[in-house]
Amino acid sequence: MSSWLDYTINGLILGNVYALVAVGLALIFGVSRLINFAQGSIYLVGAYIGWVAVVGLRTPLFVTIVLVAAISALVGLIIERFGLRPLQNSVRIAPLLATIGISFVLDQIVMLTFSPNPRALPSQLPDIRFQIGTGTIGPLDILIACIGITSALLLFVFLRYSKLGWAVRATAQDRDAAMQMGVDVNRVNQAVFGIAAALGGLSGLLVGMYYNQIDTAMSLHATLKGVVAEVVGGAGNVPGAVVGSLLLGLVESYGVAVFGTSYRNLFAFLLLIVVLVFRPNGLFASAKQAPPEPLTGTFIAPSRPVHIPRWALLIAFAAFALLPLLPVSSYVLQTLINAWLFAMLALSLTLVAGTIGQVSLGHAALLAIGAYTSALLSLDFSVPVSISIICGGLMSAALGTLLISPSFRLRGHYVSIATLAIGEIISLVILNWETVTRGPIGVSGIPPLSLFGYEFISAASIYWFSFAVMVLLALLQVRLLGSHIGRSFRAIRDDDVAARAYGLSLNRYKALAFIFGGFAAGVSGGIAAHLYSYINHETFNTQQSILALTIVILGGLGNAAGAIVGSVALVGLPEVFRIAAEYRILIYGIVLLLLVRFRPQGLLGTI
Amino acid sequence: MAEEIGRSPNAPIASPASLLSLRGLTRRFGGLTAVDGIDLDLAKGDLVSIIGPNGAGKTTLFNLVTGLDRPDGGEVRLDGQVITGFSPERLAGNGIARTFQLGRVFGNLSVMENVLIGAHTRLRAVKPATPLIGPLLELGLALLRPAAVKAEEEQLRDEVRGILGRFGERLLPRIDQPAYSLSYANRRRLEIARALALRPRLLLLDEPTAGMNPTETTEMQALVAELKAEGLTILLIEHKLDMVMRLSDRVIVMDEGKKIAEGTGEDVRNDARVIEAYLGHGLSQPAADARETAA
Repeated sequence: MSSWLDYTINGLILGNVYALVAVGLALIFGVSRLINFAQGSIYLVGAYIGWVAVVGLRTPLFVTIVLVAAISALVGLIIERFGLRPLQNSVRIAPLLATIGISFVLDQIVMLTFSPNPRALPSQLPDIRFQIGTGTIGPLDILIACIGITSALLLFVFLRYSKLGWAVRATAQDRDAAMQMGVDVNRVNQAVFGIAAALGGLSGLLVGMYYNQIDTAMSLHATLKGVVAEVVGGAGNVPGAVVGSLLLGLVESYGVAVFGTSYRNLFAFLLLIVVLVFRPNGLFASAKQAPPEPLTGTFIAPSRPVHIPRWALLIAFAAFALLPLLPVSSYVLQTLINAWLFAMLALSLTLVAGTIGQVSLGHAALLAIGAYTSALLSLDFSVPVSISIICGGLMSAALGTLLISPSFRLRGHYVSIATLAIGEIISLVILNWETVTRGPIGVSGIPPLSLFGYEFISAASIYWFSFAVMVLLALLQVRLLGSHIGRSFRAIRDDDVAARAYGLSLNRYKALAFIFGGFAAGVSGGIAAHLYSYINHETFNTQQSILALTIVILGGLGNAAGAIVGSVALVGLPEVFRIAAEYRILIYGIVLLLLVRFRPQGLLGTI
Repeated sequence: MAEEIGRSPNAPIASPASLLSLRGLTRRFGGLTAVDGIDLDLAKGDLVSIIGPNGAGKTTLFNLVTGLDRPDGGEVRLDGQVITGFSPERLAGNGIARTFQLGRVFGNLSVMENVLIGAHTRLRAVKPATPLIGPLLELGLALLRPAAVKAEEEQLRDEVRGILGRFGERLLPRIDQPAYSLSYANRRRLEIARALALRPRLLLLDEPTAGMNPTETTEMQALVAELKAEGLTILLIEHKLDMVMRLSDRVIVMDEGKKIAEGTGEDVRNDARVIEAYLGHGLSQPAADARETAA
């Protein structure tokens, strides 16, 4: 059994590693008010470059470190130049979506190149431990501490004594004033992305060596941990990010000591939510700061929705309703069933992300709540499936809204990071709450879909059922959009300050959006559970959240018809062209990036 | 009286007729005191203008009155009731409407929808005041739309057309166009239309003629005069002194957060401290006039 000193050392070492990620995030946030969701992907890239160097090229440790830092920095420069610089003058949602897209593209490229299987990353250091008091410390711990301290010193010298460092600090303080004084903001961005990427890549290498294992799933958690540390320290505050990281490392290390490893990530995410809600400016911000300048300029791209004539909608409805009567293969039907399930999720997301402007990245968690509720009610309490699905929808609406409510007081990027964390918390609770959810084993033997005792077994009947539910939800949503509530949602999205000045309560309408959207997502999850007959905590994951987001952007934010068209296109077309499953997420990421760059209003336009 | 604790001892007692009264209102940002102990009384039906150089704290004062920012000290009363630190949504419900200096219309909403948002606090049929389940009832009523809800919406839409009609042919022909497609001057008009839809007891206008040419300014001035004649109580921030002098019952001059003069237009124009405030900022009064009118 390790001693408390061991846990402290372990926490500080972890904190050091998080600091390398968090400092980069803080630098980027400082100069461009952007949470870089791709930071974790660079960390992943760093880890795999390290693996190639160590295992493939057998480079000495020093060369490995230089190589990882240099190539990661190059990746950062490429992201800045081609991913973000073209979006400098676009709406605020664009860079947020772009970094999400870049992160998925990078993760998938790494995964396709190296396969998702974990690999060992030996540290090349002698395996000895030095005794210190009651604890021990190894050469790798010392190396990590040295790299952390050296990086901090180099960064300090750069920011304090170099001309470019001054420019970075000036831009962080007041971008417009810096530009007026002749600071080349593009160069500043380049420098910051380069440094952030070098540090992020190093962090990936060190973590890989520390656990002697790397895999492609490490990216998302790295981003989240880095953001947690950065937000705890105060967004954009570089020394704060270091302190926040050490604090996070200690909290995790002690938490694991007391509660066990399966709760490790829970502490980080809970810490994030608590800080965001109670100290949104971080632990070290003075209580009374000058309020930020009123945000002007819209969050989403202004556009007029494409008008679809009623007859065209009726023809499309009739064509899809009659499809199973034609001699089509059950493969086609199954693909479209999948599309209808995603359409329900996309309707839900287009309402919360598009209509009221809360870009949720944890939306798959609403599917999970609906799926688990419906599956467990029908299995453990013999509730008829049709009723249990509705209960799943209601549970998702109620519980989902309650869990997401801490994010209501946040804006823009913070909503995305908070919903991502809340989604992870829900998935961790499902994993750990074994008495109810059956934990990692999952729920099997879920009864098939049925209505009034009639079981839907054939592909055609399942098709009609899911299609009918989806159309019903879409019609309800269109009706909602046409009411004063739809108008209020859109007003809050366009300008929440002006909306409040005219009596709109943000909490009330955000809650209503999540209640309505949560119901649709919960129903979709419920149907999916009975369709799959087996679900576990990984059935509904971040990939589905990202796919739903891509569908929503493709269709047009807030556009219900767009959500359905987007689902058929993104779920259906890859099947038609028989694109191998492992390339799909890559394609979704690229589609997202291209849309943000060239058609931010989507196919059918923002409503 | 309990409410009077914390008031500066020599501040005047609020006159009973005043709709809005501020006492010792103060807001600090770090070392800077943006609003410094402002006292102000606004009687029902009065139009009071606030002038002063840029950075004098005029817009911060508006933010304090409308709840977008909280004061560090002092008191705001509306019709005798203390409303200091109320949230903006609650103040809107109390009948305070404002326009924004930079023009904050809802870009993706049509002209009609923008003005309807102004009438949000007046929705009754679709927004039952039932505690706890009120929001769920609102959701249900919005989806089902019984006759009373439909009638309310129709009546508000008619009213919006009436309000837009006050701006001649500026806004009515564009009623279904998104606000982002409007010209700058039309956005300012739309802001005022939205504020009128609230049926305010107190209207705060933050530079309604900013960026308007002389013809448009004259039009706006006529409209504000009309609103005043109808009995609306108005607090106006304006740089165009000509308009201020014509419309105001009283003028308040602010500089560096403090009220440096108050009185009729004529009093203020000849006040030594006012001239000094403008000269102290490197501009003589006529030069400042010329610059503001050109802007």
